[in-house]
Amino acid sequence: MLDRMFTSEALEEALWILKNEFPMAVWETVYVTVLATLFAIVLGLPLGVLLVAGEKNGVLPLPAPVMSVLNVIINLLRSVPFLILMILVFPLTRLIVGTSVGTVASIVPLVIAAFPFVARLVESSLREVNPNIIEAAQSMGASPMQIICKVMLPESVPSLISNATIAITTILGYSAMSGIIGGGGLGQIAINYGYYRYRYLVMVIAVVLLILIVQIFQTVGTTLAVKSDKRIKKK
Amino acid sequence: MIEIRNLTKTFTTSADDGTQTTFDALKDVSLTVGDGDIYGIIGMSGAGKSTLVRCINMLERPTEGQVLIDGVDVGALKPKELREIRRDVTMIFQGFNLLMQRTCLANITFPLELSGMKRSDAKKKARELLETVGLPDKANAYPAQLSGGQQQRIAIARALATNPRVLLCDEATSALDPNTTHAILELIRKINRELGITVIIITHQMSVVEEVCSHVAILDEGHVVEMGEVAEVFANPKSDAAKRLVYPNAGDGHDDDAEKSAGIAAAARSGERVLRIVFNGSHSTDKPFITQMAIDTGIAANILYASTRCLGDRVFGDMLLGIPDDPVCLETVRGYFAKDADIIMEEVIKEDDHA
Repeated sequence: MLDRMFTSEALEEALWILKNEFPMAVWETVYVTVLATLFAIVLGLPLGVLLVAGEKNGVLPLPAPVMSVLNVIINLLRSVPFLILMILVFPLTRLIVGTSVGTVASIVPLVIAAFPFVARLVESSLREVNPNIIEAAQSMGASPMQIICKVMLPESVPSLISNATIAITTILGYSAMSGIIGGGGLGQIAINYGYYRYRYLVMVIAVVLLILIVQIFQTVGTTLAVKSDKRIKKK
Repeated sequence: MIEIRNLTKTFTTSADDGTQTTFDALKDVSLTVGDGDIYGIIGMSGAGKSTLVRCINMLERPTEGQVLIDGVDVGALKPKELREIRRDVTMIFQGFNLLMQRTCLANITFPLELSGMKRSDAKKKARELLETVGLPDKANAYPAQLSGGQQQRIAIARALATNPRVLLCDEATSALDPNTTHAILELIRKINRELGITVIIITHQMSVVEEVCSHVAILDEGHVVEMGEVAEVFANPKSDAAKRLVYPNAGDGHDDDAEKSAGIAAAARSGERVLRIVFNGSHSTDKPFITQMAIDTGIAANILYASTRCLGDRVFGDMLLGIPDDPVCLETVRGYFAKDADIIMEEVIKEDDHA
């Protein structure tokens, strides 16, 4: 494998692809990941809030059967492997996007796979909020909605940012996988050139770029999380 | 006025095998807190104090009984009405419970935001309150940057924001050192006097009750075992729980009787006459009593034993004095103590007189 990787033809081909195909692929990967993450948060955040607030001792208790159904749905969606989920949601993708292949179409299965994950992350962030602070807000006459919007969410912002970073890097990984169904982006290049046509150098470049993007997301996320945390003493 | 009527709170816990165990945190508790009182509720851990105070603003629903605030049955209120009354009966906590991601100013405006007050008005009010609690320069600091005492001051300012009639303090000084505790209690006393806010203090510290409370209820295993004015209850504790609180050292190596006998024996050896002085709430904490007597009468008394306690500005307890064995001396001292009706003096008969 290695001896074929660095022949002059292979290098020339890789450079050509790097110049002509990678910029577009990086852009596709980033925008699919960011959009999918945003949609996943839109669905997952309220769901995560319900998981915590709706508990028996929560601020907005929901009937126990409702909570059970929510939990079962989330666990079910989370247990289906992404590769299979992509195929299972073809009909839904066709309904929403009009087609089940292509870069835009890959957003739908990404969101379906990611929002239950995001809901669990939000749940864990909100559980970190000191229950005594919630009690204090109750003692001041806060309504359940006020507690959610003015106490639970703002108090867990640093943790929510950290978890959003985990979500976006995970979704980035999934988006690369969606190259299999013509999802576009770096994943598609890696599969098309590297796996189907044995252009290992191209594959390696695609993987290195994915690693770089993950690094950037993670660094930005960690910095924001630390900056936003007022519990850290600053002079 | 806050009336607590026959309050009972039973917690039920289900074990894994389905059996239920019940625990009575409060049993038939009745109390009346008058307007303007500083009412202490004291007890050991697990006595039900925190449960009791949480029943006052319905953070905890009582199993039986009622809480009436100015005649309104708090337990019967609709959620919205309850939220409104909670702006009238605010609370501070052992752990301060400030919003850690908000500045101090924003913490104080928080209850005003909840009630829908205009932002600029809320900020103005918050700045006034920062002055009241003595931290005007901490408006833009975050709670994590403050010491415990400062955090509790911010919590007090937050609790005062909605102009409450009642302030509930749940172990508000238990996490603070003695000096800070003293400063916070001073602030609470000031609030009580200047703003006329009724204060209910939950604590396990005798010193807290002694320092600021006008009334006290002693809670033991969910029961109120004694209540009344602080001076009365502490001067003459009747229940075992009260005695444990007032004389915390009794029974663990600190033997009052032995100390007294030793004092008397020492006096007998040096040929002194022994007098027992009982302070029954005399207003004498501000003067050095025995020294003053020595100056006024010229009699140098020897303090053989003393166990006195100051409650507010009054003294309780007793003391053994040795004075020269001389009838004139005895009469002078007797005359001196007779001037204060709250001091009783008696002569301790020497052992050899019995024989």
